[in-house]
Amino acid sequence: MAEGKALSFQDLILTLHAYWGKQGCVILQPYDMEVGAGTFHPATTLRALGPKPWNAAYVQPSRRPTDGRYGENPNRLQHYYQYQVIMKPSPANLQDLYLGSLVEIGIDPLVHDIRFVEDDWESPTLGAWGLGWEVWCDGMEVSQFTYFQQMGGYDCKPVAGELTYGLERLAMYIQGVDSVYDLKFNDAGVTYGDVFLENERQMSKWNFEVADTEKLFRWFKDCQSEWRQCIDNGVPLAAFEQAIKASHTFNLLQARGVISVQERASYMGQVRDMAKGSCEAWMQSNGWTA
Amino acid sequence: MTDFLLELRCEEIPARMQLKASDDLARLFTEELAKSGLTPGAIDSFVTPRRLALIARDLPLQTAAVSEEHKGPRTSAPPQALEGFLRKTGLTQDQLEDRDGVWFATVNKPGRATADVLAQAIPAIIRAFPWPKSMRWGAASQTTESLRWVRPLQGIVAILGEDLIPCEVDGIQSGYATLGHRFHHSGEITIGGASDYAEKLRACHVIVSHQERQSIIAEKSAQAAAAHGYTVVEDKGLIAENAGLTEWPVPLLGDFDPAFLEVPPEVIQLTLRINQKYFVLRDGQGKLAPAFICTANIEAKDGGAAIIAGNRKVLAARLSDARFFWEQDRKTRLEDHAKKLERITFHDKLGTVADKVERVAKLARWLVEEGIVTPAAAVTPAKAGVSGGSAPTPEMPAFAGMTKSELAQLAEQAAYLCKADLVTEMVGEFPELQGIMGGYYARAEGLPDAVADAIRDHYKPVGQGDDVPTAPVTVAVSLADKLDTLVGFFFISQQPTGSRDPFALRRAALGILALSLQMPKMFSVRDLTLRWIFYATSSHANYDSSIPLKKQFSELFFTLMGDVSLPFFDLAIKNDTLDGIRSLFEEYEPAKLASFRSNDAELLDFFADRLKVQQREAGVRHDLIDAVFALGGEDDLVRLLARVHALQSFVATDDGANLLAGYKRAANILKKEAPQTPSPLRGEGRGEGERGEAERPAIDVAHPHPTSEGGTGLLPTLEGEGNSGLSYTPEIAEAALIAALDVAEPRTAQAVAAEDFEGAMAALATLRAPIDAFFESVTVNDPDPAKRTARLALLARVRDAVHSVADFSKITG
Repeated sequence: MAEGKALSFQDLILTLHAYWGKQGCVILQPYDMEVGAGTFHPATTLRALGPKPWNAAYVQPSRRPTDGRYGENPNRLQHYYQYQVIMKPSPANLQDLYLGSLVEIGIDPLVHDIRFVEDDWESPTLGAWGLGWEVWCDGMEVSQFTYFQQMGGYDCKPVAGELTYGLERLAMYIQGVDSVYDLKFNDAGVTYGDVFLENERQMSKWNFEVADTEKLFRWFKDCQSEWRQCIDNGVPLAAFEQAIKASHTFNLLQARGVISVQERASYMGQVRDMAKGSCEAWMQSNGWTA
Repeated sequence: MTDFLLELRCEEIPARMQLKASDDLARLFTEELAKSGLTPGAIDSFVTPRRLALIARDLPLQTAAVSEEHKGPRTSAPPQALEGFLRKTGLTQDQLEDRDGVWFATVNKPGRATADVLAQAIPAIIRAFPWPKSMRWGAASQTTESLRWVRPLQGIVAILGEDLIPCEVDGIQSGYATLGHRFHHSGEITIGGASDYAEKLRACHVIVSHQERQSIIAEKSAQAAAAHGYTVVEDKGLIAENAGLTEWPVPLLGDFDPAFLEVPPEVIQLTLRINQKYFVLRDGQGKLAPAFICTANIEAKDGGAAIIAGNRKVLAARLSDARFFWEQDRKTRLEDHAKKLERITFHDKLGTVADKVERVAKLARWLVEEGIVTPAAAVTPAKAGVSGGSAPTPEMPAFAGMTKSELAQLAEQAAYLCKADLVTEMVGEFPELQGIMGGYYARAEGLPDAVADAIRDHYKPVGQGDDVPTAPVTVAVSLADKLDTLVGFFFISQQPTGSRDPFALRRAALGILALSLQMPKMFSVRDLTLRWIFYATSSHANYDSSIPLKKQFSELFFTLMGDVSLPFFDLAIKNDTLDGIRSLFEEYEPAKLASFRSNDAELLDFFADRLKVQQREAGVRHDLIDAVFALGGEDDLVRLLARVHALQSFVATDDGANLLAGYKRAANILKKEAPQTPSPLRGEGRGEGERGEAERPAIDVAHPHPTSEGGTGLLPTLEGEGNSGLSYTPEIAEAALIAALDVAEPRTAQAVAAEDFEGAMAALATLRAPIDAFFESVTVNDPDPAKRTARLALLARVRDAVHSVADFSKITG
């Protein structure tokens, strides 16, 4: 694309912040824990529950250890950024608001082909599902657009609309570069590679080769027992953090290749129980009923 | 008479749901109106990603007045009954009519305004709409009772003639306003009615007809392709999908780097079609062209240059991934990929895919060594699900020179590699390319073509109408793979039940039949299951004398067999012949053998059922199939099928039809006379004991099991040898029938033993005239009990002779 002056990576984020801030969203900072996707941020998972209106936008660093490629693949990262917007109840003009954000970051819908293509979302780990689309721009998926129907096994009342932008992908498109590492991070000559290439190399090595699996297994167990403690003591927000930790620890164990196919289902079930149990306790502590 | 327009506008409807939804709307609308006696002249349906619409032609403005008559209580009934009736009808007593002591009420319903009917019908239709998946949204979703729709419903246009039909669903009011194209037209459009709907929207860049959008896509993409000397690979599903993703379709042609064409064409096509929804193009030579057509939803300001550039970039990234996989996968030989199959579970109780492959390889070799799959390949290639025997035999491929041991070796080699591509990157990305990629990788590393072809095609046939492999190596691997699946799941009691068939065993069985029926010889189910058990439970190939015996058997052995006696272990290692295994089971594990046997019977029944289904679909009469299968005792399906075909030809002849009539008469008399005597089907097969059929005492036949307690049937058991046992002089026709049976019985038996069913039928046909004559002139129910008994026994002989070929009682007509 790259017609005119394309936004740098950081300006892309700042533009989205300004735009969604104007729409009444609380602009949050990233959650300070390792998560696989922006949906895990309590500002989405837990705020999607219950009757209270809630509008928020934030960047969430997301970690997917098995996607690491030691910095050698121009499109795959074990650590990347999602831009997440949640609006509850979903406003009637959410599609228009979203399209407005694309115009804001430089995508003209009379030059570029924007399409809403069916893509329903489900997260067994969070006991959640929703209907929506992946949004295509000239054949490339640039966002996920979901109307949450259930979270933690509970019907969403009311329904929240969730938008997730893949920031690196969007930036590569806007800037017209073929490798994520070539992205302009700012307009002062710093690239994405300058900031993250070494991180990808080292973290891929740690994820795949170094991480001590005995400790990881122990951490997983510790998260479970701490989660139980939190539930028993009526602090569901703290319990949810333990579920998040357990989930990421499981992802690391997967990357280390030490979980067999049979065990996999069992571990996922344990994480799901923790996540759903946290949602349940959160509902109860707020006095909300299913 | 006037036209009615309904438009239900919402956020983007999934493409795959649109045409069904369009039909559903027309159907629900018709049903809802029919409740008020309204029938539209015609219904035009429209659907785009953002709207479902219909125009109902020629609706009357009023529904017809109706007069309904209701029958009430008797005039003598208590007053409460009359009061109730008056309440129900809304009439007074003087409006009722007394007909023969019963009150009758005539209720006149005036016609209703069609507008009112519509105002009620629209919300009802919306609430009852059968979306495959629906959702709640917005502020109304505070409660789970809020309206559900496929995506948020945004507007309703409902105009009868030029008049708005006012209605409301969950806060959405009907109106005259709708929206045009999402990007080409901002603001609302006011619709006048059915007459200007399509054209007003067209002016705002929306083509409401799905069909018209499909035509535009087909025509414009063909033009774009032709301008570059290409043709579009026809793909109706993809045209419909793109018509479901656009309101204003604009096909645009882009190209990709021809260097990507080194990647197998199947991979490129999948990337284009499935991932990107692009049309695939061919060049003048019919080869895949380095170009694609995408369908944009806008008339872009720059003529589409930016859209094409963007799509080219996305495609290039995807094709680079594909090429990377293609290069990466080929760095590892298939046999090394295959080692990783140990990590994939096939089924908890049936081990890993590596275990499966091991069994398949041994079964494939066995099928060749047994002569079930021969180097001469198929004798009668066929489409799956079509009766074997009718298809023309193609030219034999160049396998004729292959020896049996070469074939066995190639089949085993191909079987060991046939699942290796499951762990390649490419198949991880495109699971639908399993087999196909394995074939490419095999060829790339220089394996024989027969092996590469077998890897590529061993999943075939995958359904009715799919090509059935005929190359011998492929047949061996395909058959072995399906047999392993089927026998394995039966062994662990995972047979399909009712509509549940999670492991697709019915399809596997049909594939096995299609493959087997083109072979000269069938496997025996009993031999097969014993083989399978042995292959499944022994790690025979890797026998190492330093490892304790128990460890020579895979874990699977214990899962499947539980504890077995130690001598069995010792000996099983040294006996890998079928007879060796069989005698081992007989000696050490008779109970286990018995349980396998009941499994065999179930498996055989399952095959028989599939064969019936398959033959029925091929037009064979099912009563004839039943007649042959009812005999039991035969586990060779090829032979069973030969019988069915012979029987089908026979009953079509005069002799066959008459013999059937004679048989039925005989069987009916026997049934009447000796209801307790079960129909003596020759379930134990041919050749009972040493005596030939001819020497059997005639009277014996009424009691096929003479050792069973005599006298329980109504017929007395007579001792005696052949005709000489008769205590009277037979009548001419009776003697003739005896003589005919004396000849026909051994001939039939011999023919059956020789698997010559036409011969057996011909032998039976000789009985036709004597039977007809017998019934013509001989009284079975003679007052002399000796004559009666002997004649009944004679009829039993006739019945049994016929039953040696098929159970004619199952044949209808």
